[in-house]
Amino acid sequence: MILLRALGLTLLFLMASLLPSNAAEADLRAIIAKFATGTGFSATEAVVRELAATGDPAVERPLAALVEGNLYIRKADSAVFVGNESGDSVALLDPLSGEKSAEAAKADITKIKVNNGLRRVIRDALGTLTLRAKDPTVRIAAADTMLKTPDAANIEPLDAAIAAETDANVKALFEQARAASVLVSDRPEADKLAAVALIGARGDRDALSLLTSVEANSPGAVKDAATAAIGTINSSLALWDAAQNIWYGISLGSVLLLAAIGLAITFGVMGVINMAHGEMVMLGAYTTFVVQQVIRTSFPGLFDWSLVIALPLAFLVAALVGLIIERGVIRFLYGRPLETLLATWGVSLILQQAVRSIFGPTNQEVGNPSWMSGSVDIGQLAVTWNRLWILVFALGVFAVLLYVMKRTPWGLQMRAVTANRRMAASMGIRTPWVDALTFALGSGIAGIAGVALSQIDNVSPNLGRGYIIDSFMVVVFGGVGNLWGTLVGSFSLGIVNKFLEPYAGAVLGKIVVLVLIILFIQKRPRGLFALKGRAVEA
Amino acid sequence: MITGRFFAAGADRRIAITILILLAAAIIVPLLNLAVSPASAFYIPSYIVALTGKYLCYALLALALDLVWGYCGILSLGHGAFFALGGYAMGMYLMRQIGSRGVYGNPLLPDFMVFLNYKELPWFWYGFDHFWFAAIMVLAVPGLLAFVFGWFAFRSRVTGVYLSIITQAMTYALLLAFFRNDMGFGGNNGLTDFKDILGFNVQADATRSALFAASAITLALGVFVTWAIVGSKYGKLLMAVRDAESRTRFLGWRAENVKLFAFTVSAIIAGIAGALYVPQVGIINPGEFEPSNSIEVVVWAAVGGRGTIVGPIIGALLVNAGKSWFTGALPEFWLFALGGLFVAVTLFLPKGIIGMWDSWRGNARAMRAASLAEEAGTDPDVPPPPKVVRSAATRPGDWSASGPEPQPAE
Repeated sequence: MILLRALGLTLLFLMASLLPSNAAEADLRAIIAKFATGTGFSATEAVVRELAATGDPAVERPLAALVEGNLYIRKADSAVFVGNESGDSVALLDPLSGEKSAEAAKADITKIKVNNGLRRVIRDALGTLTLRAKDPTVRIAAADTMLKTPDAANIEPLDAAIAAETDANVKALFEQARAASVLVSDRPEADKLAAVALIGARGDRDALSLLTSVEANSPGAVKDAATAAIGTINSSLALWDAAQNIWYGISLGSVLLLAAIGLAITFGVMGVINMAHGEMVMLGAYTTFVVQQVIRTSFPGLFDWSLVIALPLAFLVAALVGLIIERGVIRFLYGRPLETLLATWGVSLILQQAVRSIFGPTNQEVGNPSWMSGSVDIGQLAVTWNRLWILVFALGVFAVLLYVMKRTPWGLQMRAVTANRRMAASMGIRTPWVDALTFALGSGIAGIAGVALSQIDNVSPNLGRGYIIDSFMVVVFGGVGNLWGTLVGSFSLGIVNKFLEPYAGAVLGKIVVLVLIILFIQKRPRGLFALKGRAVEA
Repeated sequence: MITGRFFAAGADRRIAITILILLAAAIIVPLLNLAVSPASAFYIPSYIVALTGKYLCYALLALALDLVWGYCGILSLGHGAFFALGGYAMGMYLMRQIGSRGVYGNPLLPDFMVFLNYKELPWFWYGFDHFWFAAIMVLAVPGLLAFVFGWFAFRSRVTGVYLSIITQAMTYALLLAFFRNDMGFGGNNGLTDFKDILGFNVQADATRSALFAASAITLALGVFVTWAIVGSKYGKLLMAVRDAESRTRFLGWRAENVKLFAFTVSAIIAGIAGALYVPQVGIINPGEFEPSNSIEVVVWAAVGGRGTIVGPIIGALLVNAGKSWFTGALPEFWLFALGGLFVAVTLFLPKGIIGMWDSWRGNARAMRAASLAEEAGTDPDVPPPPKVVRSAATRPGDWSASGPEPQPAE
């Protein structure tokens, strides 16, 4: 009931807000109709000024059409239309709404003629109109366009707009746009120097291209000032580029960390390489997909929570599969790491084909919840929310694992088994259980990594394949049995990879990283953070 | 001395029989294909000749892997890379033989280079017009890569799982590299559309039969070489390194050199296999570098029985025949079957088919001896046949500190 009433109220408000605009629209139409009655450029100019004086953004369409020479009068009834030429006929559009209302032969309509003087008047009017728009985003867009296409004629409307502007951000943008226009005008040198300083302070690529053209086209002090400003911008841009690379690298590193950390645990504790690890990641991603499907069909309101719901489920699914693999296969292969590698590879083939048979070989669509889409700008850096969340999530998983390893009895047992299995067994630790649970834990973490990766990668049966070799590299580079090694390994690999990409290209960069790791292994065969002690060289 | 050993009983007789079978196949199969009329029951269709020829190349690759894995304990997950490099060397020669008969009719550049706007032949393509040069490259490129890679890896004592992973990284890096168009190897399309080899049409039945015969003879030769290596004093050293690397080192041998030799020889054999493979299938592309291909080779060797020379050949033939049948009849289930094979072989057939056969024979012989002894009324306690004991653990987390046998999970 309350809902209904609220709905009714909203409708009322909507109508109330529509009414005045309808009245304004009628006024506008009356003014536009005057295009047909007056003759000569001066009459047209008068109508343009009248339209501009209304300050209504709706007049933008007819004015823009007029500049392009696309405003027509139908001879039969003197109605004014925006024309859209196609062949012999012209599609006539309503000047305000832009909807197609009729079609006419070229002979039946007359074009409203404009000359250069009139064009300038219209452009000014248009510029001023958008500069005064109610919506700040429109004003910002207008300022941006003016910045990119500076024109001495823009200065006056901008001056007016600056005086009227209340929003400080928009005002600054207006001032930059004005400065850009000043630079191409014939204003005195002092003004131009101030303008260069203003643009230089902006410090992005637009400013750079503006100043480059100023540097090429102006004499004396302005040129020197522009050169200096370009230097400053270039060095700050180089810094931002480096920051950007580091951010991409960190982002890649967080993905690698998620994919590799489970592998590192099982490798460290049990000394076996789980080739099916990538498939655990894939299972996690598919769990997310299934959860989202159920939510889409049954509980659409919960969509933003889908990932939170998927996390524990993905952990359970992957951990269960991991437990089955450990109890069913790996248990019988202890002490034969190479055979374990082959057997788990076989398991990975089976899992892949199973998923392919059930879900089909194509990519499945996994949606971003609203809080993970979009991005935020930090200076010149665009940081997408999903990457940021994945970084936070990866660090969170790392922290939890670190806690489990260092502060819980189970973690103590794991570390004991890693350090010296026989001794641990002698002390009464049930090593088979530690193995089974460790394997399940490693797999479960791969599963929740899959939830995160489903947000940035294609969910297909081959998802795991793409990560498995990179994860190995991280583990081998960072050293086994040490979570910090995995952390350092994944982030350094990620950052090195992204730093190489601009110079070498994505593929070559990756190859270089692989070769570097192969060389690194020669130097430190046990990785960056090698386990020390007698257990290592058995 | 070698010939004497060659006809001796036991495992060596098996080698002799294998070589004889291969040589016989090299003569009989082409005869049955070319000289017998298609209506006859003994006729072997051309596609079978090409298919088995391909299998023989795979068998040679599996044999190469057996030399390093079975006899030296190096599980290489990158042998597909050597195979593919040999294949590319051969493919480059075959590309040069096309001449102006390509789609674009350019006498100087292969089609893909015209397509990719190459102005002139890249330097590394020089010389591939000559078969002898390509043949040298087939041996030299994989051999050199293996030598450099192995020299680095073995010198710094990268062993076990670590070595497997970096060999996999090696083939993965090559995969990425060969996918690049500007590498000058045809990008992801690879090299194909071959016309002639040594002046004979690649598609002709006679050429295919000749290639089959060449594959069979090379495989026979490979078996002989491997057998000679393994049977020599060096072979004993090889197995000593496999079973107890540290101990061998402490006895004064340079384990890294022992391994390096085996690894390089094995890579060269794999390269030859690739070179024979390419003209028979008519294409070489970067897909051959896929890490999964290299791992598949491992399962061929594992199925047949590693460290038995004959086993990997049988394994390669069986698994690939199975693959052909499965992908034709039940394409959905091939990966299930292959995956199941990996698991089943490691769990139930750790020594492979040949190894199982041997130990079954050994047990049977022991039992027979025992029953004979019982009849004779003597002590029935004949010691069981000696078990092959292998030190498996060089990693943290293994049980190996003292017990040479892997312990069961408690």
